[in-house]
Amino acid sequence: MSGPSKYVPNSGFEKWLDRRLPLIRFAYDTMVDFPTPKNLNYWWTFGGILAIFLVIQILTGIILVMHYVPHVDFAFASVAHIMRDVNGGWLVRYMHMVGASFFFLAVYIHIFRGLYYGSYKEPRELLWGLGVIIYLLMVITAFMGYVLPWGQMSFWGATVITNIASAIPVVGEPIHKWLLGGFAVGQPTLNRFLSLHYLMPFVIAGVVVLHIWALHVPGNNNPTGVEVKDVEKETLPFHPYYTIKDGFAILIFLMVYVAFVFFAPEALNHPDNYIPANAQVTPAHIVPEWYLLPFYAILRAIDFDLLFIPAKLGGVIAMGGAILIWLALPLLDSSKIKSMRYRPLGKIFWFLFLVNFVILGFCGANIGEPWTTISKIGVIYYFAYFLVILPLLGIYEKPKTPPASIADSISGAH
Amino acid sequence: MRKILLTTILTLGLASSAAFANEGAHKLLDAQGSYEGIFGRFDRAQVQRGFQIYKEVCSSCHSMKEMHYRNLGEKNGPYYDPKFPNANDNPVVKAIAKGYKVKDVDANGAEVEREGTPADAFVSPFDSDYAAKQANGGALPPDLSVITKARHGGANYVYSLMQGYNKPVPHGVNVPEGKVYNPYIAGGIIGMPEQLTDGRVTYADTPENKGIKATTEQQSADIAAFLQWASDPHQTERKKTGLATMLFLFIFAIFTWLSYQSVWRNVKH
Repeated sequence: MSGPSKYVPNSGFEKWLDRRLPLIRFAYDTMVDFPTPKNLNYWWTFGGILAIFLVIQILTGIILVMHYVPHVDFAFASVAHIMRDVNGGWLVRYMHMVGASFFFLAVYIHIFRGLYYGSYKEPRELLWGLGVIIYLLMVITAFMGYVLPWGQMSFWGATVITNIASAIPVVGEPIHKWLLGGFAVGQPTLNRFLSLHYLMPFVIAGVVVLHIWALHVPGNNNPTGVEVKDVEKETLPFHPYYTIKDGFAILIFLMVYVAFVFFAPEALNHPDNYIPANAQVTPAHIVPEWYLLPFYAILRAIDFDLLFIPAKLGGVIAMGGAILIWLALPLLDSSKIKSMRYRPLGKIFWFLFLVNFVILGFCGANIGEPWTTISKIGVIYYFAYFLVILPLLGIYEKPKTPPASIADSISGAH
Repeated sequence: MRKILLTTILTLGLASSAAFANEGAHKLLDAQGSYEGIFGRFDRAQVQRGFQIYKEVCSSCHSMKEMHYRNLGEKNGPYYDPKFPNANDNPVVKAIAKGYKVKDVDANGAEVEREGTPADAFVSPFDSDYAAKQANGGALPPDLSVITKARHGGANYVYSLMQGYNKPVPHGVNVPEGKVYNPYIAGGIIGMPEQLTDGRVTYADTPENKGIKATTEQQSADIAAFLQWASDPHQTERKKTGLATMLFLFIFAIFTWLSYQSVWRNVKH
């Protein structure tokens, strides 16, 4: 919701700076005066939470790299050294490790909030698309980070996931070797994964800047999905109204995070990753971290050849497509109504999509029947939601009438 | 939408723990360790007894490469003494370390054996993994430094495994020559024979150990406590810091909520 700036430079220095590099004006317009709809609920806090977790991960990560040794013979021991002998090392590492999980928890809530309130629709298509790219970068970063402790799951997870590249016809094998820096996961793999794991967060930070920029042009969506019509009546300046409200919600979320860091830091981790990597012994059951399980299930669900597409390639296409299809969502959803509040059928399908996503997570964590069959049904619903349900629903669904404006919805409430 | 999502998050949390439960193995016994839970703390005498068991029994095959003798005298460790904040000065720890021969190189580059110091890492029973396998029928005795983190069930796994011997072998389980049946290990077949028989170690006659008999159950509980401590020597400090941090955030959240109410009091939303 960019409009004319209301910033008035007061001191001589501010006036001097404002004519040369209006940094303070920029900060004022984006972080203080930015008009924000009055009716945002707590689901809108997760953007702020994500920004904080990006900072937590970068800061703890920078400290961890000061003590970590990226060598196949010493990586596992160097993590033990951080946990035992580095002052406060256990805290920094657990913050980083648990932080990854909570980063993903927050991003999933953020994404499903966007799906529910139609935050991907005109004029926020680019905002949404940049978000999808951030999520994709997060997945790559998290995967490479999980390899660094060089435990059994690190090693075998890396083996399984990089193997995906070899599914590509003709050029797959050379690409696979090029990614690993050899014929199998080893020293060159560990080195490049550390390098990229360190680089990616800064790339993410860059895309986050674009994401926030793309947010600040059309302004926030809101639970009614009706755009702001009267800035005076329907919005509040971001500070102090949303800094304090988000601040409260962020503290509550941090309390849950901190409880895990101090009281159950290993709860979301796999015990096998405390066994040093061993190329001779394959773990009974290779699983990724919990936040990648739904996509892992989609990868494994395609265990049959489809016409000329071999099963392995089919799985890779399905898994990649499952994320990339989000980019096409603004085109696929044909409904004129943004918020699911006013879409009686859309709401149900959204909820089923959420449940389906969680069930896919279970399928990713387990092997054998009935999980294989369930994951196949899950994959069908996952893609049907985007390719069939949302395109058709806009035509056949009879939505309720949203309020004429945010102001109307506010006066209609309490 | 709020209710729906909260339920989903909760189920997801529970699900992830259930999804990673120990597949196929027997339900573990509960050691009811004093260290369990947010307020749980180690029983110092028990961790000392556990170290005695490691020293006299386990260490003949199992290494603990991440541990140093000084760790025993560090804060919340079994031989911590406030008079010696630097564990390297702690006489008990010095005496323990002195009991080991450490391979080193002298000033001329010649290989020598010298007395251990608190700064040394726990001496490994074998020179290499290869030698360890040769001596143990081809099976490598795992390093115990982080063993309670590396197994489902943690300390309860150790506690159960030590007591899992002499059980009737179920039908269909084929125990190979030189191996034994133990229901608590994945697959049910273990290379290590029974170790903690009644009276395997003789506990020191101290006031803390009064009335404690070295039964299989007692020794299993004690070694589990020691390994639990060794896998994460900072856990007491971690839990204490956690309580303070939670309290701080709680008070901070209350004040933030009150400010929020005050800032928004005239806004209809």
